Amino acid sequence: MSTTGISKRRVRWHIAIFLAPAVLVYTAIMIIPLFGTLQLSLFREIDQKQIFVGLENFRTLLGDPRWSETFWNALGNNSWFFVIHMLVQNPLGILFAALLSSPRLRFSAFYRTAIFVPTILSFVIVGFAWKLILSPLWGIAPNMLDAVGLKSLFAPWLGKPEYALTTLGLISVWQFIGIPMMLIYAALLSIPDEVLEAAECDGITGMQQFWKIKLPLILPSIGIISILTFVGNFNAFDLIYTTQGALAGPNYATDILGTFLYRTFFGFQLQLGDPNMGSAIASLMFLIILAGVSIYLFGIQTRLRRYQF
Amino acid sequence: MTNKAMSTLLLASTILASVGLANAQDATLTIESWRNDDLEIWQSKIIPAFEAKHPGIKVKFTPSAPAEYNGVLNSKLDAGSAGDLITCRPFDASLALYEAGHLAPVTDLEGMKNFSSVAKSGWSTDDGSVQFCVPMASVIHGFIYNKDAFDELGLSVPATEAELFAALDKIKADGNYIPMAMGTNDQWEAATMGYQNIGPNYWKGEEGRLALISGEHKLTDEVWTKPYETLARWKDYLGDGFEAQTYPDSQNMFTLGRAAVYPAGSWEISGFNNLADFKMGAFPPPVPNAGDECYISDHTDIAIGMNAKTENAEAAKTFLNWVGSEEFASLYANALPGFFSLSDHTIAMDDPLAQEFVSWRGKCNSTIRSTYQILSRGTPNLENETWNASANVIRGSESPADAGKRLQDGLASWYAPHQ
Repeated sequence: MSTTGISKRRVRWHIAIFLAPAVLVYTAIMIIPLFGTLQLSLFREIDQKQIFVGLENFRTLLGDPRWSETFWNALGNNSWFFVIHMLVQNPLGILFAALLSSPRLRFSAFYRTAIFVPTILSFVIVGFAWKLILSPLWGIAPNMLDAVGLKSLFAPWLGKPEYALTTLGLISVWQFIGIPMMLIYAALLSIPDEVLEAAECDGITGMQQFWKIKLPLILPSIGIISILTFVGNFNAFDLIYTTQGALAGPNYATDILGTFLYRTFFGFQLQLGDPNMGSAIASLMFLIILAGVSIYLFGIQTRLRRYQF
Repeated sequence: MTNKAMSTLLLASTILASVGLANAQDATLTIESWRNDDLEIWQSKIIPAFEAKHPGIKVKFTPSAPAEYNGVLNSKLDAGSAGDLITCRPFDASLALYEAGHLAPVTDLEGMKNFSSVAKSGWSTDDGSVQFCVPMASVIHGFIYNKDAFDELGLSVPATEAELFAALDKIKADGNYIPMAMGTNDQWEAATMGYQNIGPNYWKGEEGRLALISGEHKLTDEVWTKPYETLARWKDYLGDGFEAQTYPDSQNMFTLGRAAVYPAGSWEISGFNNLADFKMGAFPPPVPNAGDECYISDHTDIAIGMNAKTENAEAAKTFLNWVGSEEFASLYANALPGFFSLSDHTIAMDDPLAQEFVSWRGKCNSTIRSTYQILSRGTPNLENETWNASANVIRGSESPADAGKRLQDGLASWYAPHQ
């Protein structure tokens, strides 16, 4: 795309025509609803009419002690949910990828498939299956622990406020660990053999080779995985809803922004839906995710060193 | 995601509904409902009975999932694609629909004459002047017990709370049965089958409920926190890991014969009859002291109204009048034992368990759930908070006094009579 030498050129219509379908579809199903939500959050229904109230909904959400308590609780839980994924899912994903890419591992295709399969399962199946596994009444978890004499370690994890969110986080990790594993695995495979051979000639092998050669080369992939995890976690809803319901029990211990949004927007049981406050929450979720992605794009990604072979 | 899926669903149902209308030559009435469990009964019993009497009117029963019903219905009404007849939740959910102009008033319908004012209270404006749904049925709370287990252990039906706890102690000591089947995972069990079940005996039914609405009573008063103290004692009699036990878990636990007592709502009767292979009995919530007057929750639960924008208003009115008739009351009460007719007709019911439940109407005072009328209008929502508080109290993570205080503060934050 060099522009030197050509001062005048014809309008290149074909670019617009080729872009049009994607732009139109994307605008219709993503951009317009997004702005619709932002707009809805600036209104409030008073006497069956939508009245413009400016940022009043946001003031209620962050200023009213009850709304803000629920909001910060949900944000805090959401952050913990994200931390679990960053601390467990991604390091384990890298570990599995490193093991899988080892040429000496047998049955690697089997392991790869087995670890990846949960990713393609529906949230409903995963939530329901784990709920049954962990059920104190019919679950196999208490029996399995009993078989090795550790029954005392069993607790109704999903029903205890102090464990429920961590348990759900780990279930989600179990489901999605295949994605970082596959991305890192692909990145590891794309490292040219010459680089590794050169390293071996210099006496860098085994673990040292992983830390000094491979890891720096896959850092951009790790960055992408982190940001995907961030966006996915802060948009999460399905798993909590299918296992704990919209009230995100016990005692709101598993309430994340998605379930808080759902309860507010659509209402729950006797609570009527409030699309305006719901949109305010959705807008804040959008801003939080936007902020996170921006920090990554401008603060981190530009500083990552890339290597070309 | 949910939003998108929902609108697709709505679009699809709109198209299907309009196709249906275009093909039909007679008036076709579509009923919106959350009772998807009853689909079979509507199609095989209720609708044929109506259509036989009213040729020229066809009826379609199109239920959606209970948890999604309110949201789906509101979206459909706003989009103008909702059915002609709308099953009404009691109180504010339906009142809001009436006020938004979605439900037509039914005050002057012939069939409305057959209902008492208590029956109509769930679907009236606050001043009681306009009704917008025809009452269909109420549900009664109480306890269902495993008769075989009681006989085996030589227990008699408890009449007072002390007797209930004595019986539970005995069952626990015996060890063959889990004394009580309930979990706190879904939260609403704790509130609906727990707090709202035993509570009326403490706050004296309607008397306390109305005093709470008028602001004379506070939720921190003893009559409102005492039921929580009793609930807190239930903890020792529930199954292992009840914290993660869900509503279907509790149902299965009882119908498989593993538990002896089940805090229940009468809607369980038909399901339990099909599943349990032991004899069942029922007793009303035991009174705190021997000789106390007894109160039961006889909650107006389900009604049916007319979409204000329906094109088949005459046919819809015909149907609503029929809902008020003795024929419908008898059909419904016998097809769905546990949903008791709210009309003044005397209905003969065949099911012994349902007979037992309905007999309490004669000896105890009826009331409805305390949080449903007016008090769940604001944020925080008193009903939802009660779920949370009841589950917390049973789990032991919140004291009854703290729960009462939290609910009172929440209610006072938006409800003028309590400020």
